[in-house]
Amino acid sequence: MSEQVFTNCTNAGPVSVYVKDGKVTRIRPLVADEKDFKPWVIEADGRRYSPPKKFSVAPFVHAERRRLYSDERIKYPLKRVDFDPKGERNPQNRGKSAYKRISWNEALDIVSSEIKRVRDTYGGSAISGLTSSHHNWGIVGYKMGPFARFMNLLEFTPVLDNPDSWEGWHWGATHTYGFYWRLGMPEQYDLLEDGLKNAEMIVFWSNDPDSTRGTYSGQESSIWRQWLKEKGVEMVFIDPFHNFTAAAMEGKWIAPRMGTDAAMAMAIAHVWITEGTYDKAYIETHTIGFDGFKKYILGEIDGQPKTPEWAETESTVRARVIRALARQWAKKRTVLSGGSRGGEGGACRTAFGTEWARMMVLLQGMQGLGKPGRSIWGTTMGAPSDTDVWFPGYADLQGRIATATVADYLPINTNKQRLWRLTIPDAILEPPVSWYGEGFCGQSLEQQFKHFEYPMEGHSEIKLFYRYGGSFMGTMSDTTKWVRMYQSPKLEFVVNQDVWFNSETRMADVILPVCTNFERDDVGEFAAAGGYTVHASSGCNHRIIVRQQKCIDPMWESKSDYEIFTLIAERLGMKEQFTDGKTELEWVKTFFESSDLPKYINWEEFDKKGYYIINTKTGYKSTPSLRWFAETRDCDTPDLNNPKRNTEKAKELGTYSGKIEFESESLKAHMPDDQERPVSPRYIPSWEGHHSDLYARYPLQLLSPHPRFSFHCHYDKHTDWLNDIPVHRIKKDGYAWWPARINPLDAEPRGIKNGDYVRLHNDRASVLCMAVITERVKPGVIHSYASSAKYDPLIPGQADSPDKGGCVSMLTPSRMLSQNVPGMTPNSCLIEIERWEG
Amino acid sequence: MARYSILIDVTKCTGCYNCFLACRDEYYGNDYPSYSAAQPLDGQFWMQIKEIERGAYPKPKACYVPTPCMHCESAPCMDAAKDGAVYRRSDGIVMIDPQKAIGQDAIVSACPYRVIYWNAEKQLPQKCTLCAHRLDEGDPLPRCVESCPTGALVFGDLDDSGSEIAKRVGEGRSEALHPEYKTRSLVQYIGLPKCFVAGEVVFKDNPGECAQGVTVSLSGAGVNRETKTDHYGDFEFEDLEKNQQYEISIAADGYVARQVAFTTRKDVNLGEIVLEPK
Repeated sequence: MSEQVFTNCTNAGPVSVYVKDGKVTRIRPLVADEKDFKPWVIEADGRRYSPPKKFSVAPFVHAERRRLYSDERIKYPLKRVDFDPKGERNPQNRGKSAYKRISWNEALDIVSSEIKRVRDTYGGSAISGLTSSHHNWGIVGYKMGPFARFMNLLEFTPVLDNPDSWEGWHWGATHTYGFYWRLGMPEQYDLLEDGLKNAEMIVFWSNDPDSTRGTYSGQESSIWRQWLKEKGVEMVFIDPFHNFTAAAMEGKWIAPRMGTDAAMAMAIAHVWITEGTYDKAYIETHTIGFDGFKKYILGEIDGQPKTPEWAETESTVRARVIRALARQWAKKRTVLSGGSRGGEGGACRTAFGTEWARMMVLLQGMQGLGKPGRSIWGTTMGAPSDTDVWFPGYADLQGRIATATVADYLPINTNKQRLWRLTIPDAILEPPVSWYGEGFCGQSLEQQFKHFEYPMEGHSEIKLFYRYGGSFMGTMSDTTKWVRMYQSPKLEFVVNQDVWFNSETRMADVILPVCTNFERDDVGEFAAAGGYTVHASSGCNHRIIVRQQKCIDPMWESKSDYEIFTLIAERLGMKEQFTDGKTELEWVKTFFESSDLPKYINWEEFDKKGYYIINTKTGYKSTPSLRWFAETRDCDTPDLNNPKRNTEKAKELGTYSGKIEFESESLKAHMPDDQERPVSPRYIPSWEGHHSDLYARYPLQLLSPHPRFSFHCHYDKHTDWLNDIPVHRIKKDGYAWWPARINPLDAEPRGIKNGDYVRLHNDRASVLCMAVITERVKPGVIHSYASSAKYDPLIPGQADSPDKGGCVSMLTPSRMLSQNVPGMTPNSCLIEIERWEG
Repeated sequence: MARYSILIDVTKCTGCYNCFLACRDEYYGNDYPSYSAAQPLDGQFWMQIKEIERGAYPKPKACYVPTPCMHCESAPCMDAAKDGAVYRRSDGIVMIDPQKAIGQDAIVSACPYRVIYWNAEKQLPQKCTLCAHRLDEGDPLPRCVESCPTGALVFGDLDDSGSEIAKRVGEGRSEALHPEYKTRSLVQYIGLPKCFVAGEVVFKDNPGECAQGVTVSLSGAGVNRETKTDHYGDFEFEDLEKNQQYEISIAADGYVARQVAFTTRKDVNLGEIVLEPK
């Protein structure tokens, strides 16, 4: 049989899939007809910048074939050997006991009858569950589609997500400049052009865009930074780790002590205020509350001027370096790159991380945010992009089978009870739990102040937990508690449905095997998340919508999530309500027809060709982000969800005052007495840092950023080719170890040598890693990525067992950003490290 | 006739490993009869990335040297091979015949670059073919080059004067990875790391201000160079020869001049150099 070529898309780029005799032989970055590309051109300083006619996908995408055929695939339905739904359930053995293969019929019978039993006994609110993010691509099959549609039918208790990865911006920066409809991250339109034309310096503060890639856009933006480097734009990297972008770009590396970034930012403001080198006219017209802020910076409120010398005592960064940076920043047109999508970064994932994020906005506010070269730009989005052509992203209401109005029937969940993702184990083990905030608060600032309590009056505690995959032992915080939760008898039934064995899979009573998006039909746009990250495909050099063709049949006994839920719904008498009478392919076609794409290509051609590239139109007019605000014009960017756009308030930001708020009106209105997220930002030393008592016992800070060679936990463990990349894992004695990077100054007194096994530990956990001795990490800091998918306890089933897989998140604290801010704080973590002899 | 090659610009390589993984996808488990046998799971790095950490805290650098077969015009592996098991195609690509080379481990040890890998199961030496099977089918690029996001890998015909690779090599900045091996490798590099020295000048009487614009002179190994400290008081000299003796002289008005001697056994960070006022 000759070779067939299919098109598909991954969470980090479109691909061509080569199939021979029913087997995938190769997966390449999508090979498109050269004639389909009409690349944009940016002219700057007499040079023309234009991207190559190709798609630059993330490294791990090249290993998709290996993941597809991974030994870690779940091949058949499984049941825990000592689980008997009609007898002893033995929940205490979750994570310990073996599994046996069962038929699909038996599996579906158990799952559907458990759902029925729990609903009949306790009501739908006793059912909860959640999905792993980013584990596949395609709007029909994405987690927000089938899972949510099915669960809404059951009237389950949804889990609210903290915006993990940019919590400080979400819970802090929104009260400074709005953008709550982007969950605190700023619009990024046309900032590549602005950067190439206007930027003289870029400050990458807690940002490694070459590793985090604007989330879904693969390596597309690498070449932009290459251009900026060749242009001679000065670059500064503020990060306790000399990160991979810093390595590629060179430039100045400044390594503050973790948790003190806000102090350093305040010292920069101090230099500008005392030397008069800030944009006073802009402060006058575009901001409020500056005088109070200035008093705090000058020490008129607490008696402590926030001088560079003061900041040096906190951050260890020399006062003279802070001073020089501040002066350079004021003198040159400087872009602030405060995280991969503009506003993210590990510095906001720490105790009181809201304060650093707010300071980032305010610093750039002092230099005329929105003026040429004075943006907040992650350098991973903001290419010229035709946003007129609408195609739904997975997070758009109109892009999910659970919520899109193209459906004839939409199940509505009337259950008001909620769980908070970070505290699910606490909710199960030690209820009640309470918190402020509606998770992704993208509708209003007020959502952040809504109070929740679990269990909610008149609702049941959770008895049935339905999980898609999940490796929270490696991604959340203080994660041994997830093991304890799973072993609680309060969870009467746990089901896990996934493609691969993940850390949480073997905590289930029944395991259901799912196929990948190469084994089913779907459609999706490269990098387009939609929803609160609208127009994320501007992180790509070319917009492309991909018909994700079914390349091979589902392998072994795996089925698509959609089919599994169809079969369960059928047993519950809800099949029609679930499917809306549609097959997956019919949903694909329905979404296609609902979009703007039929204006450019008909279904048959799209289905056959497999993709459509949306080029920018001739005469493309750029509208740089926030230029409208700086120039006091109506918002002219296509930022769809900006509620003031196209209204009489179109010149305003999304804050209460419509301006940049040095003193937040929304915090003043709702939580005026909160001393941990005060009305105006403050530097508050971490509760787990160099000032805390614990520091005497655990003198090292753990830095656990998002990983470079996997997508959170995805691709790790299931894709062993990556184990040949020593930044990712290091093979030794037949095992692929998770690296922990340590400065020689910390390694030597502990007798640790390069390649030694080491134990990272504190009172919460012990994790085994391999020591990598490097000059690229600040003394006093251990750098080890979060997101190991390999939870491998030496004593299976025992929550406090040392983990050999590298789940360093087990070491991180449960404590939230601050008393009213329920974001996670992985970077406020003290540990000790020692050689481990095995 | 042609001479296909890859020009590798180390200054543009971000160490993303796309090239390594694209190569593995092309060859793992895939036989291309007469061209190459399938790569096994372990031990094959046809496009190996050598990560080099340079310098010392707080002024480290890191770079990556992608290292495929050099496709030498004077290839030691060809000399070591029996029965014509290693041959050069008319387009310059050095190939290992996956049949004839069985059992010939001398081919592996003949390569001074260590870019030929032994497949123990098949008793076969294996290496990069520049994706010759794809080029013959009309694909324009090897998989590694196709997947490079920054243009760090440039593929083409050195004999085609209109090609980008010929133009770039013609600029005269390119070099072999190990010229001392004298194998006339077709694969060429730009920006291979040498040694650098870095440091920070500090005024003892004014530690709160960076010592900007201070003249720093370097001499040694037959060169004299001069630079000024930047706005952080930092200075750096790149592209120094290895294992040479150098001296740095620092002079600022009103301060006692300083000299510091060092040897470039590796990259050197002189740290803070404090100038005393006169």
